[in-house]
Amino acid sequence: MQAIDRKLLRDFKRLWIQAIAIALVLACGVAILLTSVGMYTALSETRAAYYERNRFADVFVHTTRAPLSLVPEIAQIDGVLSVEARIAGDAILDLPDRIKPAVGRILSYPEDTAPVLNVPLLVEGRFPNPVHTDEVVVNAPFAAENGFRPGDSFSANLKGQKRELTIVGTALSPEFVYTIGPGALMPDNSSFGIIWMSERAAAAAFDMTGAFNEISVAIASGMSPEPVIDALDDLLKPFGGLGAYDRTTHQSDAFLDAEISQLRGMAAILPPIFFGISGFLVSMVMGRIIALERSEIGLLKAIGYSNTEICLHYLMLAGLIAIVGVLLGWGAGTVLARSTAAQYAQFFNFPFVIFRVSYWVYAAAGLAGLATTSLGAAQSALKAARLAPAIAMQPPAPPRFKRSFVDEAMAHLKLSQPTIMILRSLLRWPIRSAMTSLGLALAVSSVIASIFINDALDEIVDLAFYQTNRQDAMLLFSDDIPETALEDVRNLPGVLQAESQQYHTAILHHGHLSKRVAIEARPPDTDLSRVLDADGKPLIVPPGGIVLSVRLARQLDVESGDVLEAEFLSGRRETYALSVTGLVEQHLGLGAYMDLEFMNTLFRQIPQLSVANVTLDDHQMDALHRAIKDLPKLSGIIEMNDNRRAFQDTVEQNVVVMNTMYIVIAVLITVGVTYNAARIQLSERARELASLRILGFGRGEVSYILVGEMMLIAVIAQPVGWLIGAWIAQAMTNAFTSDLYAIPLVLKPATFTVGSLVVLCAAFASAMVVRRRLDRLDLIAVMKTRE
Amino acid sequence: MSEIIFRTQGITKVYDTGEVKVYALAGVDLELYKGELTVLLGPSGSGKSTLLNILGGLDHATDGQVWFEDTELTDMSDRDLTRYRRDHVGFVFQFYNLVPSLTARENVQLVTDVAPNPMPAAEALDLVGLGKRMDHFPSEMSGGEQQRVAIARAIAKRPQILLCDEPTGALDSTTGVQVLEVLRDINERFGTTTVVITHNAEIQRMAHRVLFFQDGKISETRVNRDRLAPSEIVW
Repeated sequence: MQAIDRKLLRDFKRLWIQAIAIALVLACGVAILLTSVGMYTALSETRAAYYERNRFADVFVHTTRAPLSLVPEIAQIDGVLSVEARIAGDAILDLPDRIKPAVGRILSYPEDTAPVLNVPLLVEGRFPNPVHTDEVVVNAPFAAENGFRPGDSFSANLKGQKRELTIVGTALSPEFVYTIGPGALMPDNSSFGIIWMSERAAAAAFDMTGAFNEISVAIASGMSPEPVIDALDDLLKPFGGLGAYDRTTHQSDAFLDAEISQLRGMAAILPPIFFGISGFLVSMVMGRIIALERSEIGLLKAIGYSNTEICLHYLMLAGLIAIVGVLLGWGAGTVLARSTAAQYAQFFNFPFVIFRVSYWVYAAAGLAGLATTSLGAAQSALKAARLAPAIAMQPPAPPRFKRSFVDEAMAHLKLSQPTIMILRSLLRWPIRSAMTSLGLALAVSSVIASIFINDALDEIVDLAFYQTNRQDAMLLFSDDIPETALEDVRNLPGVLQAESQQYHTAILHHGHLSKRVAIEARPPDTDLSRVLDADGKPLIVPPGGIVLSVRLARQLDVESGDVLEAEFLSGRRETYALSVTGLVEQHLGLGAYMDLEFMNTLFRQIPQLSVANVTLDDHQMDALHRAIKDLPKLSGIIEMNDNRRAFQDTVEQNVVVMNTMYIVIAVLITVGVTYNAARIQLSERARELASLRILGFGRGEVSYILVGEMMLIAVIAQPVGWLIGAWIAQAMTNAFTSDLYAIPLVLKPATFTVGSLVVLCAAFASAMVVRRRLDRLDLIAVMKTRE
Repeated sequence: MSEIIFRTQGITKVYDTGEVKVYALAGVDLELYKGELTVLLGPSGSGKSTLLNILGGLDHATDGQVWFEDTELTDMSDRDLTRYRRDHVGFVFQFYNLVPSLTARENVQLVTDVAPNPMPAAEALDLVGLGKRMDHFPSEMSGGEQQRVAIARAIAKRPQILLCDEPTGALDSTTGVQVLEVLRDINERFGTTTVVITHNAEIQRMAHRVLFFQDGKISETRVNRDRLAPSEIVW
């Protein structure tokens, strides 16, 4: 090994704490890049493989009832490769050892041939024997959650007829990667299950012999689904077709897609920030090293080392830091990606997860780390190369300070000399101070951008569960029933109050824009399920009007007072012009609201309801649960407390992980930035500070200059961090907004306070670690050496 | 000049490197008198600076005792030594050690802000002939001027002792003489006990007393009956 290489290794050993502090920040970038790209590719590839192997359809449509003879006609549509018709319906389930009813989505399983599309993948047991109409296959997560094995049985209320069903197998399906029950916000596998039963059993249960009510279609690859959707709508219109839609609107795929987009966003936004900060830290540290080693550089040149050799020598030092960071990042990224993959496999119901982070991702992350640190070191390394040996051997000129208007101000304020030293140092190196401050501001913003979600979720829950939906439960009926049935609901045990509500699928048109939505119609005097205006006052929808959620209005480009067309896919399937009478802020779903009485008039029907909203007496819940299991036409029940709890539990779990991760990241950035900046300060000012000690300043007074300057930079970083944090939070709310949900931007003072406290405490602790070095400063040695 | 301000008894300073022990001071007995200007002469490594550091409260002796007036410095805590330096000692170093981010006046104020009975910073700078350069930063001054600011900073607290380690070491002879003039002026005007370490044998001629160091001990003490003015010294 050459002597200069030995110097390199010894320099690295001497600087190891600073190197590790930088390497950790770099490692964060590498790890997040690996995790997000790894997870992005894992989810995308797993989805693609699963969809292909199990032939997930491209276009879907529900109808009221259509004859099977229509299937060959559908198969003739241009671009259609294959068609699967089936019977689907919801049923209330009575599970053994469970008082609360569960809801099952019943799907028919073909008798003579295997399914062509959306092929269920058998996990355990076998598919139902068509001869035994009580045999069913249930989705594996539902079986696991309820402890079901093949051979177990439960009963189901199939359109008023109670049937005992026997489980003969469990399965997974590409349609239900993300399984969510009717009206639920989050998957709850214990209370919602998918049930495949033989075609003849399903036909008998739902009165569908010779008919179907769901069609799935596969289209030629590369073909736009629009013409097929239009053709399907035309064909199925007479049979109560509810409008065909493609994968982007398919609930399970839409959730999966939202997750994949988030991972892509994370891969694009976060790693560059970490790479940038580590590049800056390397540039700061290398700048100082080269200032300190000025005479050594002169000596090396005098001996005969070339400019290139010297430049490379310092680049390699930065390279060593990068190597440590990249290796740490690779390790952490691999572990993190694997554990995230396991979490995803649990959250999304995949039969397998293709987890393969390609070598090119490792290589790209490594190269990005190496490139940013080299770029950070480049300026200093070039400066070293350019130093003329004769000049390098001489001590550098003292830093130049000049009087400015700030000095007048400081004189006016009668600041102490140590305070003046702090302020002048900040002003003397404004770019360095600003960059250090920016680094800390990014740390503050990372905390704010993560923990604001807590308040945002509180607001979502408050608005959705306490302000607008004040009912205890929603009883869902398989078909609309006369409003007189509300009296029967009121007579159920434990029901204190009952109100009716209707749901109608419609396509809203405004100019060239259109959107398929479920319109909710409520009575004008509703007390339980309300629509609130911006001031929290109940909004009454006048007859002839429609109230839209702000996000829906934005998609349709309508404002209050505009007129749009509603093409109803239910009832008489007529199209009406409706006036937008108000807009409401709403975080879950794309709500559209009408007056129930007006809806009945419009549909020229006797008063009907699709949902009964009820308040309940807690003491009679068991009796209610027993009673509704046998209620005909009831297809489901949503208990708002369970719904809220499932939402909060799932979201909170993710939020806690996210908050912890971002706080750790903020601390790592702060330590990396502060520790290095303070070490450089100490190195540059050792003589000054030692002079002060000799002049009679105590340790506390001298460390005030070092710690004070670092903390002043940290304090200056706060408002900048708040602004960046608010901006990132805003960007995140925009990025996370989909048709499914929107995250409101809720920024409370406590969020900023936590962000600031985390960073200020971490900065103070880092500065205090460096202060210990100040305590150990050898006054005599420092004074004897010439700068 | 009979009142004793410093007294040392058998002080030693040993640097233990693990394998070898280096005796920087090997038993020094010494008395310094109030108002006296003493020059310490000797080759590098003879123990001059070590002694100065111990007298100034920057370092502890390994063995022996040191008194400043009636106070024993030998086992003082770090905090007490800081207080001692703050109240009684002025230092001047070869490389000035000014704070580059403070002007001349502010550098002096560093001391006047914390000392119990300081003179105004402007007065201290006037004394060293820099009354008109008070608002200049170190980078805007020559070496001699910077050293004079360092002296002004040292004397502004009205110290009883002024310890100077190679104060002219980094200066040319003309500038060096100016600095020596200032030191002598301070010594005479305020009666500040002044100890000057130097390699320059010529400077001994301005001292009241000269102590020669050799191998960690005082090898010779010489009293100058006829002192020269700094302006008469040439090197």
